[in-house]
Amino acid sequence: MSEGGVQYSKIAEIKGPLVVVDDVSNAAFDELVEIETNEGERRLGKVLEVGNGKAIVQVFEGTTGLSISGTNAKFVGKMMEMPVSKELLGRVFDGLGRPKDGLPDPIADKFVDINGEPMNPEQREYPKDFIQTGVSVIDGTMTLIRGQKLPIFSGSGMSHNLLAAQIARQASVVGTQDDFAVVFAAIGVQYSEAEYFRRSLEESGALKRSVLFLNTADDPAIERIITPRVALTVAEYLAFELGMHVLVILTDMTNYAEALREISAAREEVPGRKGYPGYLYTDLSTIYERAGKLNGRKGSVTQVPILSMPSDDITHPIPDLTGYITEGQIVLGRDLFRQGVYPPVNILMSLSRLMKDGIGEGSTRADHGEVSNQIYDAYSRAQEVRALAGIVGKAGLTEIDLKYMDVGDAFENEFLTQATDENRTIEETLGIMWKIVSKLPKNEITKIKDKYVDQYYKEK
Amino acid sequence: MAAKGRIVWVSGPAVRADGMSDAKMYETVTVGNSKLVGEVIRLTGDVAFIQVYESTSGLKPGEPVVGTGNPLSVLLGPGIIGQIYDGIQRPLKELSKASGSFIGRGITTTPVDMTKQYHFVPTVSVGDEVTPGSVIGTVQESSLIENSIMVPPDHKGGKITNIVSEGDYDLETEMATTEKDGQTFPLKMYHKWPVRKPRPFLKRHDPTVPLITGQRVIDTFFPIAKGGTGSIPGAFGTGKTVTLHQIAKWADSQVVVYIGCGERGNEMTEVLVEFPELKDPRTGKPLMDRTVLVANTSNMPVAAREASIYTGVTIAEYYRDMGKDVVLVADSTSRWAESLREMSGRLEEMPAEEGYPSYLASRLAEFYERAGRVRASGSPDRDGSVTLIGAVSPSGGDFTEPVTTHTMRFIKTFWALDAKLAYSRHYPSINWMNSYSGYLADIAKWWGENISEDWLKLRGESYGVLQREDTLKEIVRLLGPEALPDEEKLILEVARMIKIGLLQQNSFDEVDTYCSPEKQYKLLKLLVDFYNRGQQALKEGAALADIRAMSVVSSMLKARMDIKDDEMSKLDQLDVDMQEQFKSITGVKVQN
Repeated sequence: MSEGGVQYSKIAEIKGPLVVVDDVSNAAFDELVEIETNEGERRLGKVLEVGNGKAIVQVFEGTTGLSISGTNAKFVGKMMEMPVSKELLGRVFDGLGRPKDGLPDPIADKFVDINGEPMNPEQREYPKDFIQTGVSVIDGTMTLIRGQKLPIFSGSGMSHNLLAAQIARQASVVGTQDDFAVVFAAIGVQYSEAEYFRRSLEESGALKRSVLFLNTADDPAIERIITPRVALTVAEYLAFELGMHVLVILTDMTNYAEALREISAAREEVPGRKGYPGYLYTDLSTIYERAGKLNGRKGSVTQVPILSMPSDDITHPIPDLTGYITEGQIVLGRDLFRQGVYPPVNILMSLSRLMKDGIGEGSTRADHGEVSNQIYDAYSRAQEVRALAGIVGKAGLTEIDLKYMDVGDAFENEFLTQATDENRTIEETLGIMWKIVSKLPKNEITKIKDKYVDQYYKEK
Repeated sequence: MAAKGRIVWVSGPAVRADGMSDAKMYETVTVGNSKLVGEVIRLTGDVAFIQVYESTSGLKPGEPVVGTGNPLSVLLGPGIIGQIYDGIQRPLKELSKASGSFIGRGITTTPVDMTKQYHFVPTVSVGDEVTPGSVIGTVQESSLIENSIMVPPDHKGGKITNIVSEGDYDLETEMATTEKDGQTFPLKMYHKWPVRKPRPFLKRHDPTVPLITGQRVIDTFFPIAKGGTGSIPGAFGTGKTVTLHQIAKWADSQVVVYIGCGERGNEMTEVLVEFPELKDPRTGKPLMDRTVLVANTSNMPVAAREASIYTGVTIAEYYRDMGKDVVLVADSTSRWAESLREMSGRLEEMPAEEGYPSYLASRLAEFYERAGRVRASGSPDRDGSVTLIGAVSPSGGDFTEPVTTHTMRFIKTFWALDAKLAYSRHYPSINWMNSYSGYLADIAKWWGENISEDWLKLRGESYGVLQREDTLKEIVRLLGPEALPDEEKLILEVARMIKIGLLQQNSFDEVDTYCSPEKQYKLLKLLVDFYNRGQQALKEGAALADIRAMSVVSSMLKARMDIKDDEMSKLDQLDVDMQEQFKSITGVKVQN
């Protein structure tokens, strides 16, 4: 069958999220497919494999209700595209990029292939602009940089949403407001979580500078493959065409990886670890690597993906492979969360790889890197001492060990703990860090140069 | 005759084409109307299985596939140094001219500028006999690299019948001709070489010269030899990339090939931004003038990632053949192994462990065997080396996974990164109990001759302290430190000092980032002397608390940052201070 040069084909097989289309003569790999039922319902899909007269098509909205005889496939002749324009700001879309706020389709400036193209490493600009999030633990010890991808590794029930929303609200305050935008993609999260973000952005007045993509838990799972990609396509447009600094929040990437696994299983591929496909790393990189800055362009794409670690296990393939791609990670700790600490960041497992070039003289303060190293060292010693105290009791500890215990407590109570609406400047944050470090005698301070110790050490 | 077929099937980077009975295994082909680059990896009847080095999005069955008749090759000639290539030696700078900030497809470029003129100085004359590998002249390729123009290994050689005089020439100029058996053969400044075929050499030497990296835990504790092999496995966040960058920056080799294989884009950018600014500590010239980058980042096509390793090692061998010491750093071989796995999966091969193909081990072995210190073919006599250092990214930080375990079979230096050390910000987080070096005995002679006779002994003593501490830590964990006698407490104290003052190194600190062998030796000696002197002092009745309170302790711990390489006398002064302070605390005791 043919209509206006576009070909309709019959379905041969339906399994899981996939349909196999027969008598295909002119389909391309990765091409967009429209699936039409006899009732006139339309769904979207894309070609995963094509050849020998057949095409394997992944249907984003799922295959529920499709029948072999009552379904036709139309190969659209192009890749999946997202219409982009400045009008997207302030709008809410579904997981495939269709309006969800009852308003008409935005007028497109252009249509962009949602898969993007890899940035040429030679054309990247090395990110080194400090973003003040107002959250001490991030600014002080795992600084977020414009163009970085810094995920939050969380676990079920922990306060990652509060933290991500706080970053989104507070990061927008610094600098000129007009060139800042938030792109938020909910990937299979509960409605209430997505709504929390929307409200939080609304209350801070940031909603009109935001674009929201919502695929909630009850939306089709396979759509989740597309959601981060449409979101990033819009983010790249805002950043590199309109010169905005875009913060992208993707939550929850675990749901994304599970959708990918579902497709892989349906294709009967040889699995890698825990049933996830062997190409999970490569696939995740095509999302995370879409953060960055480009030479000669004004804007930036900063990503804060959120993922919940199944059973809080950081060695699970999803956090593991994510950590290998992203430029650091913010790890939330179950123990701290149980103690009621907010934000419950386990700094020892956390890291910002781009911090070293974004801090210091000219951006934060010359002593920042060294005092941060000393804090890490001291907190790590404090944890060792606490473990020891659990066995031999406080009486078995040396005087210096007890000092480290103090440092550990002060770190958690004064530095880490912060209200969700508390926005600390970098100077305040550094002040608290020196206050904690100064609880140690000077000869324990091995990571800071004498000139900074002389300048900032607070004698009792 | 070039094969001409058409696509019958597309799935990701894998394409099947029929009508390909003339195709050869590992021949490069152009795929589709947009002429993507691919390589034949299996032949069944007239169907060729092709891995495509560019994104296959939009490719359709029916589009043409044309063979080139040649295996995947790199162009070797002046102009490679300072470049950043993708996995199949296309210069990324040229790609950006064609497609902007993002990488487009089907772009053909030459790996080096063929029109650039180099000043050629001939080293042979008409009538001289040359063989494959022989040097016919030199050109200055960069401020640091003198490129030897060689007779290609697959050239017939013979008697020079014609050679240009000294002067400026571009790459396409015929520099010389040789005659053999009545035939004449031209010679240019460049030639091509298939990447999957190791370049020939005359013979191998034993690796007896250490590669000085300026990193104390490597040079002093787990050294690697020039021409050796090393592996650096570690979970994410343990500092693999920083350590590799440090080696690429400071290793005392003439050429560095850095392969970013399936890693982060920004890391390659960092090298591109940083290396031209950094000065080689030995020559004062920009580091970029000795560096070649091969970048196939994680989101670039997966098949080209597989090729990038071979592209890099072939370039390394080319400079080795000129008689240079080359270090090749590959970050990360795990991503390369994953690209093998992905292609193997699409070929529907029977998987071995964790889905990896059964030939993973043999591919790793072949790669690491391309390391070595060799006598190059041809005249004059030249000795060069390729040192191979591969990062491994074990899933979940688990060293029992296939890529780590297989790699361990084929390498001699193993730097095990430890997440626990990284969590406490002990960098480089190379675990001293799990790491090893198979070159220690081979290179001890070098240290003995060039630095000091007692180097190996001191290294052994300090390592002994660390080993004792490792056992004592168990007791401390159960009973607390107070349960130990003073001599053992001193071991804990000195082990802490070795960790902070020697093993840890701050790569972001201007002074600490590179540590000369001489400074390494002096720091080592200072710590070992402190230990021995401390034990003696305890025997003489000194109190442990007094030893701990000595002001020299803090100075020793900060010496790595405070004392520059050209201020060695300050380290000697520390030694004097230490002896004085020990005298004073034991002296007080005696008076009592």
